[in-house]
Amino acid sequence: MARRVAASLRRLGALLFSVVLTFLGLTCVTFAIGRFMPIDPVIAIVGDKASQETYDRVYRELGLHEPVIVQYGNYLARIAQGEFGNSVMTARPVLEDLVRVFPATIELAALALVIGVVFGIPAGVIAATNRGRWPDQVMRFLSLVGYSMPVFWLGLVGLLLFYAKLGWVEGPGRLDVMYDDIVAPVTGMLTIDALLAGEDEVFANALGHLVLPASILGFLSLAYVARMTRSFMLEQLEQEYILAALAKGLSPWRVVWVHALGNIWVQLVTVIALTFGSLLEGAVLTETVFAWPGLGLYMKNSLFAADLNAVLGGTLLIGAIYILLNMLSDLVYALVDPRARDQG
Amino acid sequence: MAMRAWLLDPAPASRRQARLGGWFRAWLAFRRNTLGMVGLAIVLLLLAVAAFAPLIADPASALTQTLENRLQPATWAHPFGTDELGRDILVRVMFGARITLTIVVLVSLIVVPIGLAIGLPAGYFGGWIDAALMRVTDIFLAFPRLVLALAFAAALGPGIENAVIAIALTAWPPYARLARAETMTRRRSEFIQAAELQGASHLRIISTQIVPLCMPSVIIRLTLDMAGIILTAAGLGFLGLGAQPPSPEWGAMVSTGREVLLDQWWVATIPGLAIFVTSLGFNLLGDGLRDVSSGRG
Amino acid sequence: MDATLLRVRNLSVTYPSDTGDFRAVRNVSFSVGRERLGIVGESGSGKSTTGRAIMGLVRHPARVASDEMMLGDTDLRRLSERGFRRLRGKRIAMVLQDPKYSLDPVMQVGQQIAETHRTHLSSSRAAAKQAALEMLEAVHIRDPERVYHMYPHQVSGGMGQRIMIAMMLIAGPELLIADEPTSALDVTVQSQVLSIMDELVRGRGMGLILISHNLHLVSSFCDRVLVMYAGQVVEVCAASRLGEAQHPYTRGLLAALPELGRRRAELPQLQRDPAWMEDIATPLETPALGVGP
Repeated sequence: MARRVAASLRRLGALLFSVVLTFLGLTCVTFAIGRFMPIDPVIAIVGDKASQETYDRVYRELGLHEPVIVQYGNYLARIAQGEFGNSVMTARPVLEDLVRVFPATIELAALALVIGVVFGIPAGVIAATNRGRWPDQVMRFLSLVGYSMPVFWLGLVGLLLFYAKLGWVEGPGRLDVMYDDIVAPVTGMLTIDALLAGEDEVFANALGHLVLPASILGFLSLAYVARMTRSFMLEQLEQEYILAALAKGLSPWRVVWVHALGNIWVQLVTVIALTFGSLLEGAVLTETVFAWPGLGLYMKNSLFAADLNAVLGGTLLIGAIYILLNMLSDLVYALVDPRARDQG
Repeated sequence: MAMRAWLLDPAPASRRQARLGGWFRAWLAFRRNTLGMVGLAIVLLLLAVAAFAPLIADPASALTQTLENRLQPATWAHPFGTDELGRDILVRVMFGARITLTIVVLVSLIVVPIGLAIGLPAGYFGGWIDAALMRVTDIFLAFPRLVLALAFAAALGPGIENAVIAIALTAWPPYARLARAETMTRRRSEFIQAAELQGASHLRIISTQIVPLCMPSVIIRLTLDMAGIILTAAGLGFLGLGAQPPSPEWGAMVSTGREVLLDQWWVATIPGLAIFVTSLGFNLLGDGLRDVSSGRG
Repeated sequence: MDATLLRVRNLSVTYPSDTGDFRAVRNVSFSVGRERLGIVGESGSGKSTTGRAIMGLVRHPARVASDEMMLGDTDLRRLSERGFRRLRGKRIAMVLQDPKYSLDPVMQVGQQIAETHRTHLSSSRAAAKQAALEMLEAVHIRDPERVYHMYPHQVSGGMGQRIMIAMMLIAGPELLIADEPTSALDVTVQSQVLSIMDELVRGRGMGLILISHNLHLVSSFCDRVLVMYAGQVVEVCAASRLGEAQHPYTRGLLAALPELGRRRAELPQLQRDPAWMEDIATPLETPALGVGP
């Protein structure tokens, strides 16, 4: 027993080391981008008409005279304290901006993920158990379509069809202007906050704005989740233990949903984590199309305002989460699979 | 059909005959895969359009603004209508194919050599070389592609070259992994040991023996990745980070079409459709190739 | 009293394919009573497929056809999938070759045994667990309480196979089909597992169909032997009378077996006659023996 715990801890340690190393790698990249870009950072502050003394002074203030390693070290220290610099656009600390816009992205990504998983896993299972027949063909076709579709185009087409022509959903943005500032931000997620405040009308409106982008992202997630589920399922259904389970007289329902699914759920967790990661990553495009005031839109606007601090800050945040999600799925594997558990 | 019989000869007389015969058999198997053939057709169409665009239409017309003609719906003169500056959309889409193809080719040319250069030694030599290289690979694998591309563009400025670099930098890790896996499988094979006994240097063994064996799976993976690369590139273009106006890059065309989406829907929808169909084509082709290679045919 | 548990006449299993139908099992007929029947054959002889066809486990798109297939009073030919499900585990059971692969890797072995009990007897969790523990004891596993909570990869081959036997016999079937039950085991463990199987089969008055490629094993363990080649039954006889076998294939197999008391410079190789592949004009049928407990 003690040996098993020690082995798990060892693996946990190795994983954490990986995470830290990867994150450091990311900071190297952001640091490099920030330091070695074509625009002279000093001039960006003092303007190109400043005197040599002013230039030198700011140069020293920014620490640019130090060796690169030291600068990197300072950079890391600042990151650790949450100091991402100030945003040129909003004139506020980038960290503050990030905290403000992040919940909107989470709200969208979370709902999309739920849609993708709730419909995607059963779709994949049904496709696998009906291999070659029409449910399988349909699912594979839809999945392929989802894989191949540019999210921003689908978003536009969706807006055109469901908002402009059919009027079934609300348009771009999170909330109609008249509902602004009615609900106090608790979680930052409008739908939840509106429910908490008991404002039904606001909730309905927020949901109306949320439903189209979440569905579109949900559809794309579904494509991936279903495809992977089908693939994992097919692999399991060929195994001997499935035959043995049937030979025992178990119902196909039980064989598939208890035994087979029980063997793939760890892999599915990986898929879900990766899907969430790519939802965050694609937020930039989706939020641009739907004018959704989340992290993605913030980054895009910062980009065009040449607000490097903001862009790099956002990159670090999304990058960190992305890395964590990737590594988290490895962790789940290691901790949960009884075979892997005992291999120390 | 003497040629066909020659290719299918169960006892080939020369290495060339065996190799060509192998390709031919693979082609026959692939031909049975309907969806794969559809994908191939689409990809070939893309290549044809990109290659012959300047012959079919005047390149200038993709860029010349004729404002009296703006925002026309589909007519015989302009099968896909005109955009907000009066340019024929069909022509622009055709020239946009060249840009798409350029990006795809450039990314591939960067990604495959880097992937092989890292994966092959890792699988071949093992030990700490393997550990170190795989660590680097894992780090890059965990980077979010689009976001990093954004960061690059922020620093280096928008433009097609920067977009290509940004995409390539996050797209190579799977190829390193693939090369490593294939190398590790073959490493202990007898024919490699035979080559070693003959005195072949490591480099020679790797380049003449192992690289050719990796290529099929690399190509299949590449084809499957193409779709994703095209989508990412289009996404960058949509954000204004790819080829700059007035270049007829598909993503950028969708973006400018946004403003007139409600009334002149075709301006944004048609280029987007081109992106979708192209991506679909590569996905179908890649799936078909993978099915054939795994023997499911 | 009719001792026959299972009667099969002219069973055929055909797999359709682009290049013409493949007939895996051709006109196989036999009966089994409370005895041990061995089916011997090499890979591809159709022996495993026969076993699966009896249990309705042959998958689409293969076609199963027969003139008669009766388990006691139940006509297996008319059985729906639902009907087969009620049968499997309850009246006929199958033990597979390698417990490493035929047990669910992520479920405790005891739970897998209990699962069969709950499925067919609708028992409570506690009752099923109790029954599973008793079954583990019946297959001579010491410390059943501890083994109950183990996972398949934690048990040895021999133990795993005994667990499989427990799992398949717990609901009290009449007939057991054992498909290569000892092929994945060490020689020393093989006889242990076989003797446990024998004990249970005899003790419960069950019939056993032992499918194997090992002629020696089958001839020493079973009462009667069926030899299959290319989907057909080519020989049928009592195990003790195997030396009098008629068909050249069987004789070839027997000749190729090494014997302890006999020195030979070279073991003869089996020479295959393509004529053995052709359809036999009058397929052999075997009445069941009523060997009581």
